[in-house]
Amino acid sequence: MKKFNDSLKSKYILAGITAFCLVLIVLSFVTDAATGPLRYIAGYVITPVQNGLNEVGNWITDKSAYFQSSTDLVAENKELQEKVDALTAENSQLLQDKEELSRLQALFELDQQYDDYEKIGARIIAKDTGNWFNVFTIDKGSKDGILVNQNVITEGGLVGIITETGPNWATVRSIIDDYSNVTGTVTSTSDNCIIAGDLRLIDEGKINLVKLTDESDRVKVGDKVVTSDVSDRFLPGILIGYISDVGMDSNNLTKSGTITPMVDFRHLHEVLVIKELKEIDDAKVSLDAQADTEGAATPDTSQSESGTGTGTESESQNEE
Amino acid sequence: MKRRIVMFVLVLAAFLLQSTLLQTISLASVTPNLMLVFTVSFALMRGKREGMFVGFLSGILTDVFFGGGILGVYTLLYTYTGYINGFSFRIFYDDDIKMPIILVCASDLAFHILEYVFRFLLRGRTDFFFYLGRVIIPGVIYTAILTMLCYRLLLALNRKLEKAEQRSVDSLV
Repeated sequence: MKKFNDSLKSKYILAGITAFCLVLIVLSFVTDAATGPLRYIAGYVITPVQNGLNEVGNWITDKSAYFQSSTDLVAENKELQEKVDALTAENSQLLQDKEELSRLQALFELDQQYDDYEKIGARIIAKDTGNWFNVFTIDKGSKDGILVNQNVITEGGLVGIITETGPNWATVRSIIDDYSNVTGTVTSTSDNCIIAGDLRLIDEGKINLVKLTDESDRVKVGDKVVTSDVSDRFLPGILIGYISDVGMDSNNLTKSGTITPMVDFRHLHEVLVIKELKEIDDAKVSLDAQADTEGAATPDTSQSESGTGTGTESESQNEE
Repeated sequence: MKRRIVMFVLVLAAFLLQSTLLQTISLASVTPNLMLVFTVSFALMRGKREGMFVGFLSGILTDVFFGGGILGVYTLLYTYTGYINGFSFRIFYDDDIKMPIILVCASDLAFHILEYVFRFLLRGRTDFFFYLGRVIIPGVIYTAILTMLCYRLLLALNRKLEKAEQRSVDSLV
Protein backbone atom coordinates (compact mmCIF):
# COMPACT_ATOMS: atom_id res chain seq x y z
CA MET A 1 0.00 0.00 0.00
CA LYS A 2 2.66 2.37 1.01
CA LYS A 3 4.54 1.75 -2.15
CA PHE A 4 1.57 2.54 -4.29
CA ASN A 5 0.97 5.71 -2.37
CA ASP A 6 4.51 6.73 -2.75
CA SER A 7 4.65 6.06 -6.41
CA LEU A 8 1.44 7.96 -6.97
CA LYS A 9 2.76 10.85 -5.02
CA SER A 10 6.01 10.80 -6.95
CA LYS A 11 4.17 10.75 -10.22
CA TYR A 12 2.37 13.87 -9.27
CA ILE A 13 5.51 15.48 -8.11
CA LEU A 14 7.20 14.57 -11.33
CA ALA A 15 4.39 16.00 -13.34
CA GLY A 16 4.56 19.14 -11.29
CA ILE A 17 8.25 19.53 -11.78
CA THR A 18 7.97 18.89 -15.49
CA ALA A 19 5.40 21.56 -15.87
CA PHE A 20 7.47 23.94 -13.84
CA CYS A 21 10.52 23.28 -15.98
CA LEU A 22 8.68 23.75 -19.22
CA VAL A 23 7.37 27.02 -17.98
CA LEU A 24 10.85 28.03 -17.01
CA ILE A 25 12.20 27.10 -20.39
CA VAL A 26 9.65 29.08 -22.23
CA LEU A 27 10.04 31.98 -19.87
CA SER A 28 13.77 32.12 -20.10
CA PHE A 29 13.50 31.78 -23.83
CA VAL A 30 11.26 34.72 -24.07
CA THR A 31 12.38 36.96 -21.29
CA ASP A 32 15.26 37.35 -18.97
CA ALA A 33 13.19 37.62 -15.81
CA ALA A 34 13.56 34.08 -14.56
CA THR A 35 17.28 33.79 -14.72
CA GLY A 36 18.17 37.16 -13.24
CA PRO A 37 17.36 36.67 -9.55
CA LEU A 38 18.54 33.10 -9.50
CA ARG A 39 21.86 34.13 -10.95
CA TYR A 40 22.13 36.84 -8.40
CA ILE A 41 21.55 34.48 -5.50
CA ALA A 42 23.89 31.91 -6.92
CA GLY A 43 26.51 34.56 -7.40
CA TYR A 44 26.39 35.37 -3.72
CA VAL A 45 26.31 31.87 -2.42
CA ILE A 46 28.14 29.65 -4.78
CA THR A 47 30.71 31.75 -6.58
CA PRO A 48 32.67 32.70 -3.46
CA VAL A 49 33.11 29.04 -2.63
CA GLN A 50 34.23 28.34 -6.16
CA ASN A 51 36.65 31.21 -5.95
CA GLY A 52 37.99 29.87 -2.71
CA LEU A 53 38.52 26.45 -4.18
CA ASN A 54 40.25 27.97 -7.17
CA GLU A 55 42.53 30.01 -5.00
CA VAL A 56 43.55 26.99 -3.01
CA GLY A 57 44.33 25.17 -6.23
CA ASN A 58 46.33 28.09 -7.55
CA TRP A 59 48.24 28.42 -4.32
CA ILE A 60 49.22 24.78 -4.52
CA THR A 61 50.41 25.07 -8.12
CA ASP A 62 52.26 28.24 -7.23
CA LYS A 63 54.13 26.55 -4.45
CA SER A 64 55.18 23.71 -6.67
CA ALA A 65 56.26 26.19 -9.34
CA TYR A 66 58.30 27.94 -6.67
CA PHE A 67 60.13 24.74 -5.84
CA GLN A 68 60.64 24.03 -9.49
CA SER A 69 62.22 27.38 -10.16
CA SER A 70 64.34 27.05 -7.03
CA THR A 71 65.96 23.87 -8.33
CA ASP A 72 66.35 25.56 -11.69
CA LEU A 73 68.16 28.43 -10.06
CA VAL A 74 70.51 26.13 -8.20
CA ALA A 75 71.35 24.28 -11.40
CA GLU A 76 71.87 27.55 -13.24
CA ASN A 77 74.12 28.81 -10.50
CA LYS A 78 76.30 25.76 -10.73
CA GLU A 79 76.52 26.10 -14.47
CA LEU A 80 77.54 29.71 -14.20
CA GLN A 81 80.15 28.93 -11.59
CA GLU A 82 81.73 26.37 -13.86
CA LYS A 83 81.67 28.85 -16.68
CA VAL A 84 83.36 31.45 -14.52
CA ASP A 85 86.10 29.00 -13.66
CA ALA A 86 86.69 28.21 -17.31
CA LEU A 87 86.79 31.89 -18.20
CA THR A 88 89.25 32.65 -15.42
CA ALA A 89 91.56 30.00 -16.79
CA GLU A 90 91.34 31.53 -20.23
CA ASN A 91 92.00 34.96 -18.87
CA SER A 92 95.07 33.87 -17.02
CA GLN A 93 96.46 32.35 -20.17
CA LEU A 94 95.77 35.52 -22.13
CA LEU A 95 97.64 37.66 -19.66
CA GLN A 96 100.55 35.32 -19.78
CA ASP A 97 100.59 35.43 -23.55
CA LYS A 98 100.65 39.17 -23.56
CA GLU A 99 103.68 39.14 -21.31
CA GLU A 100 105.54 36.62 -23.41
CA LEU A 101 104.69 38.34 -26.63
CA SER A 102 106.00 41.62 -25.42
CA ARG A 103 109.38 40.01 -24.76
CA LEU A 104 109.78 37.37 -27.40
CA GLN A 105 109.93 38.13 -31.09
CA ALA A 106 107.54 36.65 -33.66
CA LEU A 107 110.13 33.86 -34.07
CA PHE A 108 108.88 32.03 -31.06
CA GLU A 109 105.38 31.53 -32.43
CA LEU A 110 103.48 29.94 -29.58
CA ASP A 111 100.78 27.86 -31.18
CA GLN A 112 97.91 26.07 -29.55
CA GLN A 113 97.43 28.01 -26.42
CA TYR A 114 95.43 26.03 -24.05
CA ASP A 115 92.32 28.11 -24.03
CA ASP A 116 91.62 26.62 -27.44
CA TYR A 117 91.69 23.15 -26.02
CA GLU A 118 88.55 21.28 -25.24
CA LYS A 119 88.06 21.06 -21.50
CA ILE A 120 85.69 19.12 -19.35
CA GLY A 121 84.86 19.95 -15.79
CA ALA A 122 84.89 17.41 -13.02
CA ARG A 123 84.41 17.30 -9.28
CA ILE A 124 86.77 15.81 -6.85
CA ILE A 125 84.97 13.00 -5.15
CA ALA A 126 87.67 11.30 -3.16
CA LYS A 127 91.21 11.91 -2.11
CA ASP A 128 93.86 9.53 -1.03
CA THR A 129 96.26 10.96 1.51
CA GLY A 130 96.84 13.69 3.98
CA ASN A 131 95.80 17.26 4.09
CA TRP A 132 96.69 18.22 0.64
CA PHE A 133 95.21 16.63 -2.40
CA ASN A 134 98.10 14.60 -3.63
CA VAL A 135 96.15 11.98 -5.45
CA PHE A 136 92.48 12.31 -5.87
CA THR A 137 89.56 10.86 -7.74
CA ILE A 138 87.28 12.82 -9.98
CA ASP A 139 83.81 11.95 -11.09
CA LYS A 140 84.39 11.77 -14.82
CA GLY A 141 85.86 8.78 -16.54
CA SER A 142 86.38 7.02 -19.82
CA LYS A 143 82.68 7.32 -20.58
CA ASP A 144 83.16 11.08 -20.70
CA GLY A 145 86.26 10.86 -22.83
CA ILE A 146 88.85 11.02 -20.07
CA LEU A 147 92.10 9.34 -21.01
CA VAL A 148 95.27 8.66 -19.11
CA ASN A 149 97.81 11.49 -19.34
CA GLN A 150 95.31 14.22 -19.83
CA ASN A 151 96.28 17.37 -18.00
CA VAL A 152 94.19 18.62 -15.13
CA ILE A 153 94.01 22.33 -14.41
CA THR A 154 91.92 24.70 -12.41
CA GLU A 155 91.56 28.47 -12.32
CA GLY A 156 94.55 29.05 -14.47
CA GLY A 157 96.94 26.74 -12.67
CA LEU A 158 98.19 23.25 -13.24
CA VAL A 159 96.81 20.66 -10.89
CA GLY A 160 98.06 17.37 -12.16
CA ILE A 161 97.64 14.59 -14.66
CA ILE A 162 95.25 11.70 -15.12
CA THR A 163 96.83 8.44 -14.13
CA GLU A 164 93.94 5.98 -14.12
CA THR A 165 90.51 5.89 -15.60
CA GLY A 166 87.41 3.90 -14.90
CA PRO A 167 84.13 4.20 -16.73
CA ASN A 168 82.93 7.04 -14.57
CA TRP A 169 85.90 7.99 -12.43
CA ALA A 170 89.51 8.90 -12.90
CA THR A 171 92.51 9.31 -10.67
CA VAL A 172 94.57 12.45 -10.83
CA ARG A 173 98.06 12.75 -9.50
CA SER A 174 98.67 16.32 -8.52
CA ILE A 175 101.96 18.07 -9.08
CA ILE A 176 102.62 18.35 -5.38
CA ASP A 177 102.69 14.60 -5.06
CA ASP A 178 106.01 13.15 -4.11
CA TYR A 179 106.26 11.17 -7.26
CA SER A 180 105.35 13.93 -9.61
CA ASN A 181 107.88 15.63 -11.85
CA VAL A 182 107.00 18.28 -14.36
CA THR A 183 109.32 20.01 -16.77
CA GLY A 184 108.82 23.69 -16.44
CA THR A 185 109.99 26.87 -18.06
CA VAL A 186 110.68 30.12 -16.37
CA THR A 187 108.75 32.50 -18.57
CA SER A 188 110.97 35.47 -18.18
CA THR A 189 114.09 33.68 -19.26
CA SER A 190 112.79 30.57 -21.04
CA ASP A 191 115.07 28.44 -18.91
CA ASN A 192 113.96 24.91 -18.26
CA CYS A 193 113.73 23.26 -14.90
CA ILE A 194 112.04 20.38 -13.21
CA ILE A 195 109.23 20.89 -10.82
CA ALA A 196 109.21 18.00 -8.43
CA GLY A 197 106.66 17.41 -5.75
CA ASP A 198 107.98 16.80 -2.28
CA LEU A 199 106.19 15.46 0.72
CA ARG A 200 108.32 17.42 3.09
CA LEU A 201 107.45 20.71 1.49
CA ILE A 202 103.75 20.08 1.32
CA ASP A 203 103.15 21.57 4.72
CA GLU A 204 104.94 24.70 3.70
CA GLY A 205 102.87 24.89 0.57
CA LYS A 206 105.77 24.73 -1.80
CA ILE A 207 107.16 22.49 -4.50
CA ASN A 208 110.75 21.82 -5.35
CA LEU A 209 112.34 23.42 -8.32
CA VAL A 210 115.45 21.59 -9.37
CA LYS A 211 117.99 21.50 -12.16
CA LEU A 212 117.41 24.99 -13.34
CA THR A 213 120.03 25.85 -15.89
CA ASP A 214 120.42 29.56 -15.62
CA GLU A 215 123.79 30.64 -16.87
CA SER A 216 123.00 34.29 -17.06
CA ASP A 217 121.65 34.53 -13.55
CA ARG A 218 118.51 36.20 -14.73
CA VAL A 219 116.08 34.14 -12.76
CA LYS A 220 114.82 35.83 -9.67
CA VAL A 221 112.21 35.36 -6.99
CA GLY A 222 108.66 35.95 -8.20
CA ASP A 223 109.22 34.74 -11.72
CA LYS A 224 106.45 32.76 -13.27
CA VAL A 225 106.96 29.11 -14.12
CA VAL A 226 104.88 27.36 -16.75
CA THR A 227 104.94 23.91 -18.26
CA SER A 228 107.64 23.52 -20.78
CA ASP A 229 107.33 22.82 -24.48
CA VAL A 230 109.64 19.85 -24.15
CA SER A 231 107.46 18.10 -21.63
CA ASP A 232 106.33 14.64 -22.66
CA ARG A 233 102.91 14.66 -21.18
CA PHE A 234 102.05 18.19 -20.24
CA LEU A 235 100.72 20.70 -22.70
CA PRO A 236 102.91 23.76 -22.94
CA GLY A 237 102.22 27.04 -21.28
CA ILE A 238 100.15 25.97 -18.31
CA LEU A 239 100.94 28.06 -15.30
CA ILE A 240 102.48 26.14 -12.44
CA GLY A 241 103.43 28.80 -9.93
CA TYR A 242 105.83 31.50 -8.87
CA ILE A 243 109.40 31.09 -7.74
CA SER A 244 109.70 31.67 -4.04
CA ASP A 245 113.41 31.14 -3.70
CA VAL A 246 116.30 30.03 -5.85
CA GLY A 247 119.92 29.36 -5.16
CA MET A 248 122.97 27.77 -6.70
CA ASP A 249 123.56 24.04 -6.36
CA SER A 250 126.72 22.65 -4.90
CA ASN A 251 127.82 21.54 -8.36
CA ASN A 252 127.86 25.17 -9.42
CA LEU A 253 126.13 24.28 -12.66
CA THR A 254 122.47 24.23 -11.87
CA LYS A 255 120.19 26.14 -9.58
CA SER A 256 117.42 24.87 -7.39
CA GLY A 257 114.82 26.32 -5.14
CA THR A 258 111.16 26.19 -4.42
CA ILE A 259 108.09 27.52 -6.09
CA THR A 260 104.69 28.31 -4.71
CA PRO A 261 102.06 26.64 -6.82
CA MET A 262 99.32 28.68 -8.34
CA VAL A 263 96.62 26.34 -7.19
CA ASP A 264 95.45 26.16 -3.61
CA PHE A 265 95.64 22.41 -3.15
CA ARG A 266 94.01 22.57 0.24
CA HIS A 267 90.73 23.80 -1.15
CA LEU A 268 90.17 22.00 -4.38
CA HIS A 269 86.66 20.99 -5.32
CA GLU A 270 86.33 21.19 -9.06
CA VAL A 271 88.89 20.83 -11.77
CA LEU A 272 89.06 21.06 -15.51
CA VAL A 273 90.48 18.24 -17.56
CA ILE A 274 92.02 19.24 -20.87
CA LYS A 275 90.99 16.61 -23.33
CA GLU A 276 93.86 17.29 -25.68
CA LEU A 277 96.77 14.95 -25.21
CA LYS A 278 100.32 16.01 -25.80
CA GLU A 279 101.23 13.09 -28.01
CA ILE A 280 98.38 11.07 -29.41
CA ASP A 281 100.32 7.90 -30.14
CA ASP A 282 101.50 7.83 -26.57
CA ALA A 283 98.05 8.26 -25.16
CA LYS A 284 97.33 4.69 -24.24
CA VAL A 285 100.76 3.95 -22.83
CA SER A 286 100.38 3.44 -19.14
CA LEU A 287 102.67 5.03 -16.66
CA ASP A 288 104.48 1.75 -16.19
CA ALA A 289 106.35 2.48 -19.38
CA GLN A 290 109.64 4.05 -18.51
CA ALA A 291 110.11 7.31 -20.31
CA ASP A 292 113.58 8.72 -20.75
CA THR A 293 114.47 10.45 -17.62
CA GLU A 294 116.48 13.44 -16.74
CA GLY A 295 117.85 12.78 -13.30
CA ALA A 296 114.96 10.69 -12.16
CA ALA A 297 114.99 10.65 -8.39
CA THR A 298 112.34 8.15 -7.45
CA PRO A 299 112.30 4.46 -8.29
CA ASP A 300 109.46 2.67 -9.91
CA THR A 301 106.94 1.30 -7.42
CA SER A 302 103.49 -0.14 -7.61
CA GLN A 303 100.77 0.28 -5.06
CA SER A 304 98.11 -2.29 -4.44
CA GLU A 305 94.43 -1.52 -4.53
CA SER A 306 93.27 1.08 -2.12
CA GLY A 307 90.28 0.58 0.11
CA THR A 308 87.97 2.69 -1.97
CA GLY A 309 88.53 0.42 -4.88
CA THR A 310 89.84 3.06 -7.19
CA GLY A 311 92.04 0.54 -8.83
CA THR A 312 95.74 -0.03 -8.76
CA GLU A 313 97.84 2.99 -9.01
CA SER A 314 101.18 2.74 -10.64
CA GLU A 315 103.42 5.03 -8.80
CA SER A 316 106.09 5.08 -11.42
CA GLN A 317 107.89 8.27 -11.86
CA ASN A 318 106.01 10.73 -13.88
CA GLU A 319 108.84 12.23 -15.81
CA GLU A 320 107.86 14.96 -18.14
CA MET B 1 14.49 17.70 7.80
CA LYS B 2 17.98 16.77 8.66
CA ARG B 3 17.99 14.48 5.69
CA ARG B 4 16.94 17.25 3.40
CA ILE B 5 19.66 19.53 4.64
CA VAL B 6 22.28 16.85 4.29
CA MET B 7 21.22 16.09 0.76
CA PHE B 8 21.14 19.73 -0.16
CA VAL B 9 24.65 20.22 1.13
CA LEU B 10 25.77 17.13 -0.69
CA VAL B 11 24.39 18.26 -3.99
CA LEU B 12 25.93 21.66 -3.49
CA ALA B 13 29.27 20.09 -2.73
CA ALA B 14 28.96 17.89 -5.79
CA PHE B 15 28.29 20.86 -7.97
CA LEU B 16 31.18 22.85 -6.54
CA LEU B 17 33.54 19.96 -6.91
CA GLN B 18 32.42 19.33 -10.42
CA SER B 19 32.95 22.86 -11.52
CA THR B 20 36.34 23.28 -9.93
CA LEU B 21 38.27 20.19 -8.90
CA LEU B 22 36.94 17.75 -11.43
CA GLN B 23 37.64 20.14 -14.26
CA THR B 24 41.30 20.00 -13.37
CA ILE B 25 41.41 16.24 -13.55
CA SER B 26 39.59 16.05 -16.81
CA LEU B 27 41.16 13.77 -19.38
CA ALA B 28 41.02 15.01 -22.95
CA SER B 29 38.54 17.63 -21.80
CA VAL B 30 36.14 14.97 -20.59
CA THR B 31 34.84 15.57 -17.09
CA PRO B 32 32.98 13.01 -15.03
CA ASN B 33 29.51 14.01 -14.00
CA LEU B 34 29.48 13.86 -10.24
CA MET B 35 25.98 15.20 -9.90
CA LEU B 36 24.63 12.47 -12.10
CA VAL B 37 26.36 9.93 -9.92
CA PHE B 38 24.71 11.41 -6.88
CA THR B 39 21.32 11.50 -8.51
CA VAL B 40 21.41 7.90 -9.65
CA SER B 41 22.86 6.65 -6.37
CA PHE B 42 20.22 8.33 -4.29
CA ALA B 43 17.51 7.19 -6.62
CA LEU B 44 18.70 3.63 -6.22
CA MET B 45 19.06 3.91 -2.48
CA ARG B 46 15.96 5.87 -1.63
CA GLY B 47 13.52 5.74 -4.42
CA LYS B 48 11.83 7.94 -6.95
CA ARG B 49 11.06 10.91 -4.80
CA GLU B 50 14.51 11.38 -3.41
CA GLY B 51 16.06 10.77 -6.76
CA MET B 52 13.80 13.36 -8.23
CA PHE B 53 14.69 15.96 -5.68
CA VAL B 54 18.39 15.41 -5.95
CA GLY B 55 18.06 15.57 -9.69
CA PHE B 56 15.98 18.71 -9.54
CA LEU B 57 18.50 20.44 -7.34
CA SER B 58 21.43 19.41 -9.48
CA GLY B 59 19.59 20.48 -12.55
CA ILE B 60 18.79 23.89 -11.18
CA LEU B 61 22.39 24.50 -10.21
CA THR B 62 23.64 23.41 -13.59
CA ASP B 63 21.09 25.48 -15.38
CA VAL B 64 21.89 28.61 -13.50
CA PHE B 65 25.54 28.38 -14.20
CA PHE B 66 25.91 26.49 -17.41
CA GLY B 67 22.47 26.58 -18.91
CA GLY B 68 23.34 29.00 -21.54
CA GLY B 69 20.49 31.32 -20.78
CA ILE B 70 17.70 28.79 -20.99
CA LEU B 71 16.63 27.74 -17.56
CA GLY B 72 15.05 24.35 -17.22
CA VAL B 73 16.73 22.06 -19.69
CA TYR B 74 19.13 20.42 -17.33
CA THR B 75 16.60 20.55 -14.55
CA LEU B 76 14.30 18.46 -16.66
CA LEU B 77 17.01 16.03 -17.64
CA TYR B 78 18.29 15.46 -14.15
CA THR B 79 14.84 15.21 -12.65
CA TYR B 80 13.79 12.55 -15.10
CA THR B 81 17.04 10.71 -14.52
CA GLY B 82 16.32 10.65 -10.84
CA TYR B 83 12.76 9.54 -11.35
CA ILE B 84 13.45 6.74 -13.79
CA ASN B 85 16.34 5.40 -11.79
CA GLY B 86 14.10 5.46 -8.78
CA PHE B 87 12.24 2.53 -10.25
CA SER B 88 15.17 0.35 -9.34
CA PHE B 89 14.60 1.07 -5.68
CA ARG B 90 13.50 -2.00 -3.73
CA ILE B 91 13.99 -4.09 -6.85
CA PHE B 92 17.75 -4.23 -6.66
CA TYR B 93 20.02 -4.44 -3.68
CA ASP B 94 22.03 -1.32 -3.19
CA ASP B 95 25.00 -3.05 -1.53
CA ASP B 96 26.64 -4.29 -4.63
CA ILE B 97 28.46 -1.81 -6.78
CA LYS B 98 27.56 -3.44 -10.06
CA MET B 99 24.05 -2.08 -10.11
CA PRO B 100 24.98 1.55 -9.62
CA ILE B 101 27.61 1.29 -12.29
CA ILE B 102 25.17 -0.12 -14.79
CA LEU B 103 22.60 2.48 -13.92
CA VAL B 104 25.08 5.30 -14.07
CA CYS B 105 26.37 4.12 -17.43
CA ALA B 106 22.91 3.87 -18.87
CA SER B 107 21.87 7.21 -17.42
CA ASP B 108 24.99 8.93 -18.56
CA LEU B 109 24.64 7.51 -22.03
CA ALA B 110 21.07 8.67 -22.26
CA PHE B 111 22.07 11.98 -20.75
CA HIS B 112 24.80 12.61 -23.23
CA ILE B 113 22.73 11.50 -26.18
CA LEU B 114 19.92 13.79 -25.17
CA GLU B 115 22.39 16.56 -24.65
CA TYR B 116 23.71 15.94 -28.09
CA VAL B 117 20.25 15.86 -29.57
CA PHE B 118 19.19 19.12 -28.02
CA ARG B 119 22.39 21.03 -28.32
CA PHE B 120 23.98 19.77 -31.48
CA LEU B 121 21.60 17.86 -33.65
CA LEU B 122 19.03 20.60 -33.66
CA ARG B 123 21.70 23.00 -34.77
CA GLY B 124 22.58 20.88 -37.73
CA ARG B 125 25.61 19.06 -36.47
CA THR B 126 24.79 15.59 -37.58
CA ASP B 127 28.13 13.84 -37.13
CA PHE B 128 26.82 11.64 -34.38
CA PHE B 129 29.56 9.06 -34.47
CA PHE B 130 32.24 11.62 -33.90
CA TYR B 131 30.54 12.85 -30.77
CA LEU B 132 29.90 9.29 -29.75
CA GLY B 133 33.52 8.34 -29.89
CA ARG B 134 35.06 11.56 -28.72
CA VAL B 135 32.71 12.81 -26.04
CA ILE B 136 30.00 10.37 -25.13
CA ILE B 137 31.87 7.11 -24.64
CA PRO B 138 34.83 8.63 -22.74
CA GLY B 139 32.42 10.59 -20.61
CA VAL B 140 30.46 7.50 -19.72
CA ILE B 141 33.59 5.57 -18.87
CA TYR B 142 35.04 8.31 -16.75
CA THR B 143 31.76 8.78 -14.88
CA ALA B 144 31.58 5.05 -14.29
CA ILE B 145 35.05 5.14 -12.78
CA LEU B 146 33.94 7.97 -10.55
CA THR B 147 30.96 5.90 -9.43
CA MET B 148 33.26 3.12 -8.42
CA LEU B 149 35.13 5.52 -6.22
CA CYS B 150 32.19 7.40 -4.75
CA TYR B 151 29.43 4.91 -4.34
CA ARG B 152 30.72 3.27 -1.21
CA LEU B 153 30.87 6.59 0.55
CA LEU B 154 27.37 7.49 -0.51
CA LEU B 155 26.13 4.13 0.66
CA ALA B 156 27.73 4.57 4.04
CA LEU B 157 26.27 8.03 4.33
CA ASN B 158 22.84 6.78 3.40
CA ARG B 159 22.98 4.03 6.00
CA LYS B 160 23.89 6.52 8.65
CA LEU B 161 21.04 8.78 7.68
CA GLU B 162 18.60 5.88 7.69
CA LYS B 163 19.76 4.81 11.10
CA ALA B 164 19.28 8.30 12.39
CA GLU B 165 15.79 8.42 10.93
CA GLN B 166 14.96 5.03 12.35
CA ARG B 167 15.97 6.19 15.77
CA SER B 168 13.89 9.31 15.49
CA VAL B 169 10.88 7.29 14.35
CA ASP B 170 11.35 4.87 17.19
CA SER B 171 11.63 7.66 19.66
CA LEU B 172 8.25 8.97 18.51
CA VAL B 173 6.69 5.63 19.20
